[in-house]
Amino acid sequence: MRARTRTTRRVVVLAAVASLGAGLLAGCADDGKSSASDDSSSGSGKGQTTITLGLFGTFGFKEAGLYTEYEKLHPNIKISENVTEKNENYYPALVNHLTTNSGLMDVQAIEVGNIAEVVATLANKFEDVSKISGVDKSNWLDWKWSQATTKDGATIGLGTDVGPMALCYRKDLFQAAGLPTDREKVGALWAGDWNKFITAGEQYKKKAKAGTFFMDSPGGLLNAILSSEKEKFYDSSGKIIYKTNPAVKDAFNLTAKAAEEGLVQAQPQFAPSWNTTIAQSKFATIACPPWMLGTIKGNAKAEDAGKWDVAVAPKSGNWGGSFLGVPKSGKHVKEAEELVKWLTAPEQQAKLFKVQGNFPSAPSTYTLPEVTGAKNEMTGDSPIGTVFSEAAKSAPVQVIGPKDQIIQQGLNDNGVILVTKGKSAAEAWDTATKTIDNNLDK
Amino acid sequence: MATRHDTAAPPAKEGGAAPGRPPAAAADAEQLRRARLSRRWQRDKRWSPYAFVSPFFLLFVAFGLFPLLYTGWASLHQVELTSPTDMTWVGMRNYTRIFGDDFFWNAAKNTLTIGIISTVPQLMMAMGLAHILNYKLRASTFYRVAMLAPYATSIAAASLVFVLLFGRDYGMINWALHFGGIDAVDWQNDKWPSQIAVSTIVIWRWTGYNALIYLAAMQAIPQDLYESAALDGASRWKQFLHVTLPSLRPTILFTVVVSTIGASQVFGEPLLFDANKGASGGAEHQFQTLGLYLYEQGWVNQHLGRASAIAWTMFLILIVVGIVNYVISRRLRASS
Repeated sequence: MRARTRTTRRVVVLAAVASLGAGLLAGCADDGKSSASDDSSSGSGKGQTTITLGLFGTFGFKEAGLYTEYEKLHPNIKISENVTEKNENYYPALVNHLTTNSGLMDVQAIEVGNIAEVVATLANKFEDVSKISGVDKSNWLDWKWSQATTKDGATIGLGTDVGPMALCYRKDLFQAAGLPTDREKVGALWAGDWNKFITAGEQYKKKAKAGTFFMDSPGGLLNAILSSEKEKFYDSSGKIIYKTNPAVKDAFNLTAKAAEEGLVQAQPQFAPSWNTTIAQSKFATIACPPWMLGTIKGNAKAEDAGKWDVAVAPKSGNWGGSFLGVPKSGKHVKEAEELVKWLTAPEQQAKLFKVQGNFPSAPSTYTLPEVTGAKNEMTGDSPIGTVFSEAAKSAPVQVIGPKDQIIQQGLNDNGVILVTKGKSAAEAWDTATKTIDNNLDK
Repeated sequence: MATRHDTAAPPAKEGGAAPGRPPAAAADAEQLRRARLSRRWQRDKRWSPYAFVSPFFLLFVAFGLFPLLYTGWASLHQVELTSPTDMTWVGMRNYTRIFGDDFFWNAAKNTLTIGIISTVPQLMMAMGLAHILNYKLRASTFYRVAMLAPYATSIAAASLVFVLLFGRDYGMINWALHFGGIDAVDWQNDKWPSQIAVSTIVIWRWTGYNALIYLAAMQAIPQDLYESAALDGASRWKQFLHVTLPSLRPTILFTVVVSTIGASQVFGEPLLFDANKGASGGAEHQFQTLGLYLYEQGWVNQHLGRASAIAWTMFLILIVVGIVNYVISRRLRASS
């Protein structure tokens, strides 16, 4: 009896150890393949292929009904998306997955702030989407296309939206301060020169409603000025020039001046208190790519509808926009390429703009009624489509570099924000450059 | 316990294979069988424990030791997150530059100050709370569970609430201060206010946890000690000073060690305290801890080699802190 049970025990022990070990090994081995890609075999059994998209924030494909439409056109395809809320979390994971060739979706989105780094260091992990049959380079804005293209001419992602920048302003606050409220006259007030914008701010401040600020934040202003420059942090040969580029220093000093004079509020953008300040109607202007209208709408009080308007910025720039790339190690490369081509085609971009406000990167849509007739609740009857397409067409082909984000973040968060605390522009510049240099040093 | 289950285990199937065993040659066979079984038993006794503990060690090797060694290896290279296989040997450069790295020492200093302003009040408050809870109270279980609630809350959720409380323009704390006639404090951008605010989150989260540890230790103190002290005319306060505190000494040491280790790894609270600045720990790095700096170098700036060197330096600093703790606790134990 005892002997027998002992043997049983041994078997049980061995089985337990073996299964634990197997579980461990399996745990490691499983990592190699993306779990989502198994769906094709285990799916509904009708030979359906599931295409997975790795996205961040709100791309709006699903919300605009594009997946359903595509699935109707291609009954053998199912689409599922995997959304990370913030690009700050999405991007490091993407880099990690790309370098280890594991855990990748069939389609991966790339933010414009990261595109240069991906193009420079990880381009060989992506399919060349320019080779997909039916993809026509001329469908996209030139600069949008070239941002995702390597020196050897491979294009690693197709552009989705762009963020042509205009200026949103409060008509009621402008009127109270004795500034013009008509969008043509407001645009003329500062046309061509950011210095004029600051002058307008000084005028505003003289008669402004108490407690209000001419602009929302130093980061927003600096970003707006810099994005209208052709070269900012890198020159066209790829050298880092942010410290010596007079355009950067001028933008920094101009922003610091605005902060010193109290023209901008000290809130960092998108912080909860910044949101609250919009709700309290205390910002007279905000640098405004089309998607910012959604942010304003999300934060402003309902009775503020129609009090905002959109005027052209002193110089046009671009803020935001993404790309869809197809990783080579994906399970369904061909199907993914077809999907990406379809999602970024002009018709779909126009639909997205209509529903979501993501501004198309396909210039042929700028004459479509979806774009020209676009209206927004917060800005009343302003023809936002025309204003933004003008900005999109006149935005410079900007040189973007791999570490643009780190540099810009240093200038904003460790630089100009300090001026609102009473530091001098020179001190702020020192802190910013010291931080940036430390962060760039490998 | 597992070894005792055998008596209850069902007999293995022997399915009528040997209905009538011949009793004659049984003795020899039986002896052989016993010897064999005994050998198995020996082997079983010797090796089974290793099998039982192996899962931990396998996991430790895979997720503890290997990363530790790999980090050490990476710290001797220049390597970027965008291509982790592309390593350039740089020897000790990543370490030597730490000596001249203002940001590292700033982070080390912040870690120390945040550690002190969070640990000291935290443990003192925990002691006071434990002392109060040690009295006979109505609904004492409720209070004990309530103590532990912050500990069970996620750091992320707690930090987000604290960020709102500490807001400069619309925060509740500044609103309350305003009634006390104090001007708005910029909790995120000024050095000491921001460190105090971060420490508050840590204190809020861990005080109850430590209080419960103290409470458990207090309840183990024999009641007669208090009785005789009372007979000698010692007040409540004197009793606390001369009976409770000395009896709690080992527990206090334990909490100090655990809190020190915790304080040197503070990460989530400062990371979430200013979501816009993220890992840089404020506009002037005023509340950037070592954990944050490591994260910033590795995951934001993608310098894996530098981050690995920082990780190892932190590890060495922790070992030193551990040794100091050990020496002090030995001294104290010897003196008591």
